[in-house]
Amino acid sequence: MTGHRSPGVPILRLGDVLVTGLLNELDDRAAIAFTEELTERISAEGARGVLIDISRLEVIDSFVAWTLMELTTVARLLGARVIVAGMRPPVAITLVELGIELVGVETALNPEQGLAALGWRQAPQPLEGARRGTAR
Amino acid sequence: MALPGESILASRGAKRPALTEDRRPPAPATYPVRTEEDLLSVRHAVRAATVEVGFGLVDQTRVVTAASELARNAFVHGGGGTVTLEYPRDPRGRRGLRLIVKDEGPGIVDLDAALTDGFTTGAGLGHGLGGARRLMDEFTVRTGPGEGTVVVVTRWLAW
Repeated sequence: MTGHRSPGVPILRLGDVLVTGLLNELDDRAAIAFTEELTERISAEGARGVLIDISRLEVIDSFVAWTLMELTTVARLLGARVIVAGMRPPVAITLVELGIELVGVETALNPEQGLAALGWRQAPQPLEGARRGTAR
Repeated sequence: MALPGESILASRGAKRPALTEDRRPPAPATYPVRTEEDLLSVRHAVRAATVEVGFGLVDQTRVVTAASELARNAFVHGGGGTVTLEYPRDPRGRRGLRLIVKDEGPGIVDLDAALTDGFTTGAGLGHGLGGARRLMDEFTVRTGPGEGTVVVVTRWLAW
């Protein structure tokens, strides 16, 4: 494991939304690599939204929380809206007790609701918002 | 105190038989915290220990998160150290899990400040020490300038 280390999670593109996730075995270096790769992709592809599935994270400590907050801020400065989806209930309880509210980080119960908030619909109706991303 | 939904969330822990009177608790074990990979190893070991004691999923998450905070503190601020796991019983026979996190770093100069949310001397949120105290039932720190730091935290299994 030398040199640039990929976070190991694919970053998919759906129109102007990037969809990705975090794995449970997230060490500090992988978290930083993930932030860098995602930021590059937002910039290179002009993404307007980012969905991060965190349902596999069994633990969010203050470092991972800090990573999510930083990532959200950087993405916002680049013009993209981040939604973090699928937090496990025990993780949510623990974060509150830690005193971490993930201020500024938008959340959704699951990836479907997160994608809906970013303008995607289950029905294949070509809505205005959805068409904008594919018409280019 | 049972949180709403705790019985459902506890299902994973409950699948394994908890320690019983005739089963001896595991021997204390010590893990190094010298590299970032060690932080993951500590998390794995602590998770396995919480399951062994019989904690529910919410308590497992609390203890593993506290361990992660304290081990990172030892790694970042203490220049590395060790995490020891013990399986104590209180006078009433209640089982628990104790973490002893030790480093030989410069020590904490202002402990009250270090326990305050948002206080940090490095990158991060500054919730590690105070957060770990809230996540565990018992919390003690022994530290001083040049003396290194020993943090001892315990979580007891609710009856």
